[in-house]
Amino acid sequence: MKNEIIRIGHGSGAGLTNELIKEVFVKNFKLQSLEDGVEIENRTVVSTDAHVVNPLFFPGGDIGKLAISGTVNDVSMKGAIPKYILITYIIEEGFEISELKKITNSVQKEAEKANVKIIAGDTKVVEKGKADGLYLTTTGIGYLPKGVNLNSKKIKNGNKILINGTLGDHTISIINAREKMELSPAPKSDCASLNELVQVMLKNGNIKFLRDITRGGLATILNEVANDTQLGIIIDEENIPIKENVNAVSELLGLDPLYLANEGKLVSFIDGDENKLIEEMKKNEFGKDSAIIGKVTDEVKGVYIRTSIGGLRPLIMQDSDPLPRIC
Amino acid sequence: MNTKNFRNPQLINNLVEKIKQYKEPISLMEVCGSHTMAIGKWGIRNLLPNNIKLISGPGCPVCVTPMSIIDALLDLKDVTIAIFGDLMRVPGENGSLELAKAKGLDVKIVYSPIDALKLAEKKETVFVGIGFETTIPGIAYTIKQAYEKNIKNFSVLTSLKTVPPALKLLSSDEDINLDGYILPGHVSVIIGKDAYNFLPKDYNIGGVVTGFEPADILSAIARMIQQVKNNDPKIENEYSRIVTNKGNITAQKIINEVLEPTDGIFRGIGIIPDSELKIREKYSAFDAEKKYNIKIEYKEDKSGCRCGDVLKGNIIPPTCPLFGEICTPSNPIGPCMVSSEGSCSAYYKYERIM
Ligand code: SF4
Repeated sequence: MKNEIIRIGHGSGAGLTNELIKEVFVKNFKLQSLEDGVEIENRTVVSTDAHVVNPLFFPGGDIGKLAISGTVNDVSMKGAIPKYILITYIIEEGFEISELKKITNSVQKEAEKANVKIIAGDTKVVEKGKADGLYLTTTGIGYLPKGVNLNSKKIKNGNKILINGTLGDHTISIINAREKMELSPAPKSDCASLNELVQVMLKNGNIKFLRDITRGGLATILNEVANDTQLGIIIDEENIPIKENVNAVSELLGLDPLYLANEGKLVSFIDGDENKLIEEMKKNEFGKDSAIIGKVTDEVKGVYIRTSIGGLRPLIMQDSDPLPRIC
Repeated sequence: MNTKNFRNPQLINNLVEKIKQYKEPISLMEVCGSHTMAIGKWGIRNLLPNNIKLISGPGCPVCVTPMSIIDALLDLKDVTIAIFGDLMRVPGENGSLELAKAKGLDVKIVYSPIDALKLAEKKETVFVGIGFETTIPGIAYTIKQAYEKNIKNFSVLTSLKTVPPALKLLSSDEDINLDGYILPGHVSVIIGKDAYNFLPKDYNIGGVVTGFEPADILSAIARMIQQVKNNDPKIENEYSRIVTNKGNITAQKIINEVLEPTDGIFRGIGIIPDSELKIREKYSAFDAEKKYNIKIEYKEDKSGCRCGDVLKGNIIPPTCPLFGEICTPSNPIGPCMVSSEGSCSAYYKYERIM
């Protein structure tokens, strides 16, 4: 690896992160897969996740809600039903206990909503300046219903690509809150537990593969899938739901919503007819804007996007987080 | 403003058909990096016939910022360095701010110059003010604010460039064969359409000021074709919804009050007469060059990077032997691969065949 120290880009979820995981972790731990959740034994799925976000409170959620929904989603993307959560707090000296209570309250509220139990945890306090207020890590445990087996290897030519709603909301809401851009109305994070939606999808469609669209955004996931499967992908810009205000801020800052993190969005590869599936998804709180956005095809190698004016261009894997530009 | 109309497929299709009727080879330079990006992002090149060549120009502030600015920043101690995000990964002679940050240098990304001024409330702050006319008024305003509020621990390291002198250089270079310019929309909001009148007058070459929507860019191309066909070079304004003949007088006033023209160093290109704006004597307490005794000079890039040729339109990025193999956005060799407005980055992102 070039420039042998950790840079912020190594945490972007994009190319640099993959490189780091492969070079350091996969080699040492002899991992089978790079996925967030993994099936261990007796149809048990576990997943773990660390949560660092600045600011801790943002429109649409806070770090507590995020810690639960993030792990619930990681477990759910295997098709499993999440049941239990373990949580660790790393708290910076000087942190307000009232805030800690507020955050913990929202941990519990989201856990109830997602129907998971918090069963154990740990607390550490570090010296002032050694952490950014509060970090949370969560580990989730869930069970895989009979017959469910989702895997990128099951994706085939002709499969359709579906997402459950608008892209970029979470990142733009965080930037707005952190940089005090004072957009009005303030864009809201999409932070949500998708376990119910996933079960609706499994019941009503022929789902091959699921992924939550977090760091690195949709573009990174599609490239990973194209890489893993050696299949081509074309998506249609026209059909990708993006909110007007998210689009406007992204354009202003030179960011592309297709590379931005979401906290309540998933992408799914499906076979066969999608009408019933989408109809049922739209009945779920977090599936209202579900849409088919593209397909798996042998017309291209890699990932391409048809722009809304008809141009066709590659949609590449980026190495690192996009940086906001001069404005 | 509703941008939807400028993305209407029917309108786009009509424009493309009109452009396709012209069969002669024609080379147009889009001066501004945001145009380069928009062309890539919309897949416009892919819609146009092969005889229409779009060449990217020097309008990428990060790309032309002298290497010695990066090197000087890496040597600053005990200050907060406030930058626009684009600058983070730009390589200097001894590494980038991103690497230095990972090793402990206090570098913060800001979204506006005023945000940098706020940082000075906590700690001595040096803001790296780079940009063309679009960004310059905000930077000048911030310096004025610092002066009026007498904020002592704030200064600006500037590399502020103006577009017309760069166009003069390009237009007088005999190796560069252009049939016309696609002129920058946002810059023109400030300087006005008339600022380009010297192009047809002195160099017999025309241009169209335009915006960043697909229809804007395609109409500009169609209009340039018409000019070439009629052998009638002139400056046209396709962006009259926000660009006027004289520009934004208030913004020009504040620029003039705080800054004065001098010769400018363009990374990869060299010295361009009268192309730079420097902080005036009255405000010199806020000039980081003076405060920290920094010397900005032209340095040859020894890395083999060909940004200079890219910025002048001599080569397109894939022609650079380092492109995509050795030089990528996360390990950039030159600034054109870093900036979101850089041509190499635009080509890497949008125009590579997989
Ligand atoms: S590809 Fe890299 S090295 Fe080559 S000109 Fe562009 S920035 Fe410079």
